[in-house]
Amino acid sequence: MSADQVIIGLEIHCQLDTRTKLFCGCSTDYRDDGPNTHVCPVCLGLPGTMPAVNRRAVEYALRVAKAFNCEIPEECEFSRKNYFYPDLPKGYQITQYDRPLALGGHIVIEAEEGGEKKVRLTRIHMEEDPGRLVHRGGGARARYSLVDYNRSGVPLIEIVTEPDLRSPKEARRLLAKLRATLEYLGVFDSEKEGSLRVDANVSIAGHDRVEIKNISSYKGVEKALTFEITRQRSLIRRGATVERETRHFVEARGTTTASRSKVEEHDYRYFPEPDLPPLRVASWLDDIALPELPDARRERFMQQYGLSINHARTLTGDLRLAEFFEAVAGEDPVLAATWVADTLLGELNYRDRTIATVDPIRFRSLLSLVGSGTITDRSGVEVLRLVLDTPEEPASIVERLGLAVTGDDAVATAIAEVLAEQPQAVADYRAGKGAALNYLAGQVMKKTRGRADPREVGRRLAEALAE
Amino acid sequence: MVNESDVRRIAELADVGIPAEVLPTFTAQFNRILEYFDILDTLGDECTAKRPLHTVLREDVVSPSLPQEAVLANAAEDEDGFVKAPRVM
Amino acid sequence: MDDRFNAYLLRSDVPGRRSGPLAGRTVAIKDNISTAGMETTCGSRILKGYVPPYDAHVVSLLRDAGATINGKTNMDEFGMGTTTENSGFGPTLNPVDTTRVPGGSSGGSAAAVAAGLAEMALGTDTGGSIRCPAAFCGIVGFKPTYGRVSRYGLVAYANSLETIGPMGRTVGDISALLRVISRPDPRDSTMQGLPYEHDPVPSVRGRTIGVPAEFFGEGVDPRVAAKVRDSIETLAACGAKVVPVSMPTMKFALAAYYITCTSEASSNLARYDGVRFGPGAEVQRSWHDAFTAVRAEHFGEEVRRRILLGTFALSAGYYGRYYGKAQTARAQVAADFERLFRSVDLLAGPTMPTVAFRLGELADPLSMYLADILTVPANLAGVPAISVPCGSVDGLPVGLQLMGRPFDDETVIDAAAAFEAEVTA
Repeated sequence: MSADQVIIGLEIHCQLDTRTKLFCGCSTDYRDDGPNTHVCPVCLGLPGTMPAVNRRAVEYALRVAKAFNCEIPEECEFSRKNYFYPDLPKGYQITQYDRPLALGGHIVIEAEEGGEKKVRLTRIHMEEDPGRLVHRGGGARARYSLVDYNRSGVPLIEIVTEPDLRSPKEARRLLAKLRATLEYLGVFDSEKEGSLRVDANVSIAGHDRVEIKNISSYKGVEKALTFEITRQRSLIRRGATVERETRHFVEARGTTTASRSKVEEHDYRYFPEPDLPPLRVASWLDDIALPELPDARRERFMQQYGLSINHARTLTGDLRLAEFFEAVAGEDPVLAATWVADTLLGELNYRDRTIATVDPIRFRSLLSLVGSGTITDRSGVEVLRLVLDTPEEPASIVERLGLAVTGDDAVATAIAEVLAEQPQAVADYRAGKGAALNYLAGQVMKKTRGRADPREVGRRLAEALAE
Repeated sequence: MVNESDVRRIAELADVGIPAEVLPTFTAQFNRILEYFDILDTLGDECTAKRPLHTVLREDVVSPSLPQEAVLANAAEDEDGFVKAPRVM
Repeated sequence: MDDRFNAYLLRSDVPGRRSGPLAGRTVAIKDNISTAGMETTCGSRILKGYVPPYDAHVVSLLRDAGATINGKTNMDEFGMGTTTENSGFGPTLNPVDTTRVPGGSSGGSAAAVAAGLAEMALGTDTGGSIRCPAAFCGIVGFKPTYGRVSRYGLVAYANSLETIGPMGRTVGDISALLRVISRPDPRDSTMQGLPYEHDPVPSVRGRTIGVPAEFFGEGVDPRVAAKVRDSIETLAACGAKVVPVSMPTMKFALAAYYITCTSEASSNLARYDGVRFGPGAEVQRSWHDAFTAVRAEHFGEEVRRRILLGTFALSAGYYGRYYGKAQTARAQVAADFERLFRSVDLLAGPTMPTVAFRLGELADPLSMYLADILTVPANLAGVPAISVPCGSVDGLPVGLQLMGRPFDDETVIDAAAAFEAEVTA
């Protein structure tokens, strides 16, 4: 390892997309509802209540462990992690400590230098989400907290990586791969706000490690790490020490700040949860059939549709996008790939929208219009924008705006007219000035009001000039 | 054995106050009890504790939650449907 | 109803939902068992005013069986005590002698039954909390096998040790109450074994009863010991074979018990922050300060002591030495019982080393803990155990304790019924 090497490890918490919470039957679909409306005595931590483990949550967690090649011990156990916080109703979190669901495993990502890299995992375990705090009161410091227990008890898996990541970009790729895989497995919904949270550990080789907490977006991770690495490097350059500490990521500013709370190792006093017997679920593994995962799908897209590795990678990087692509691939998948990966994604990004908002049927019609040469590529983009922003059908847009590429006669006429009107340019072309062809082609395009296919025009103009 | 400052530290960890005036007696009683626990030092390792080995699981079916009023009913203070709590420093 | 013994914290008169096996019978419920719409304090001021929005499973079962719940009974705060003197609402008095304690922690339930204020009662037993007051008040109290009665709704003190159990004047009543409350409940993942569906068959003919020497050791009042030995003779006369046995792991039992229960309690009681229920934390203070203040003010001394002991036992560096070792000791106690039950069907001895203490007599916490020495082994191993009245010393009741194999509550009940039939004859 070089002296300046960046070392990053991640701890990722993902909400499992079950209908009910981990230890009670409250619905997990709380986001559109008022505070404290998805709460029962169990997840509220009322005296006398007891946890009852959600079978589907365990199954989902096992799917993830299997997909990432983890080792599943015969038996695992839930433990209590004891600490006091207003969003933790029992005064302890039920989690897994020394006997987690899964150990080891790896996630494959694109390496910095090209090729692939296996990022090793330390473990995967299950735990419950705490509630949510909202702060009220004016001024820089909130006067009191408001607590909403809707989120309390939602099932989480925690995935811990070994410190194998070497750059913020690799970290981002790891998260993207993780997210895509979880969605392919059907255990996770990345659209849900707050469904994924990341803590990162980052150090420069030879120096102490800093933990960054509270990163809740994919972009946030790269930003936080980039900022932190710069901060650490400049400390080192000045000869100062990098303090081993926990820092807080401030999303709005893209910075990390020192935590105000005491920097003390928490004593969580872990012990096995006495209300839950150990889980013996290793035998379930054989019955868990994994669906096609991102890497396999990528390979298939390349084989089946003849896509480039870059297009295949982009299109399989998100489950809904991959499904969208397959719905619109039609007879010309390469064309479809170009249009989806290179054009559509850009337009969606600009509008801050997701693929879920695009109607594949309308998009397919657009693709056929382009593919058949009925409209030019340029017109296609214009139509696409209207398809995204209005409910109008592509065919109707083309007709209304007169975007259909004109028939042969119109082009022939236009060419003949231009050649007659531009004798100097014709002479220049014949004298060897290639640029004159472009000028003439431009004149033809003007005459046909841009509706003619430029390649067609160029070819036929050249033919005409050769006579 | 523990001294008074140990007891104060444990009280801090447990978020339970022990008034200063009872600290000496409390510490003495605490130590007598810990001394009694020392009998376990003579324990051999012959048995590792075994917990019952049946996995008990619940189906992923929604059951009704409490109405918001019931959640707030026992709370000393609430606001806009939230439970009010002291802020964390 | 004249409750001059302070047995009740709350009186009520809620008849059961429908007719059933307990129709027309009055049952008092220890105040650590959740009752919907009825204040449930666990004998603690930190839960004063707390009204649960749900019933414990056993309470639903009682209502369905037609029982009339006539109140919530006093107890040592959160179950922590052997005399009910640790209640946040004043001690309960022993109806047999009001200068004395009724035992604990289910002292209120025992007093209610002994005074005829309720026909039956539910208590809870973590380290003897049903059997001790049953012995001191001269009634029958039964601790079922761990796992046979749902704990859902029982406010947890020590999850791996405690169980809800029946208390009453006769073994027949105990059995009838147990039949009602021992039903499956998917909300309690630690339930095991089949429901209890037995009618007592008063017989010990052909049974072997082991008498452990360690149950008649130094700390046991010789007059109590004599009374109990006589009772065991009675059982022999009923056709049981009596053999002396030994339980060497007894010496670790009390330490293993107190380390385990205080550790679990320290975690179970962490939720009492005054925010979602309880007296209310001062919202204007910081979280940590407010939390500490609420707990210092509203938890009694014994509760605070046990929380600290448990916190210490679980803390970094001490887990292996205390909690870890306690679980090993527990496993050894369970193994000891298992070994004994290969050659005997029941174990017999005194329930308590003495008769009821005077109020205020046990001032030192450790001496209070030592009084549990004969009852905690059954909790450590999860085995069923009963206390039946077997006479008195100086007018104060003595209890005979019978213990049986795990899930063989039926044999214990039968033996107790046989003894009862014999002494009431």
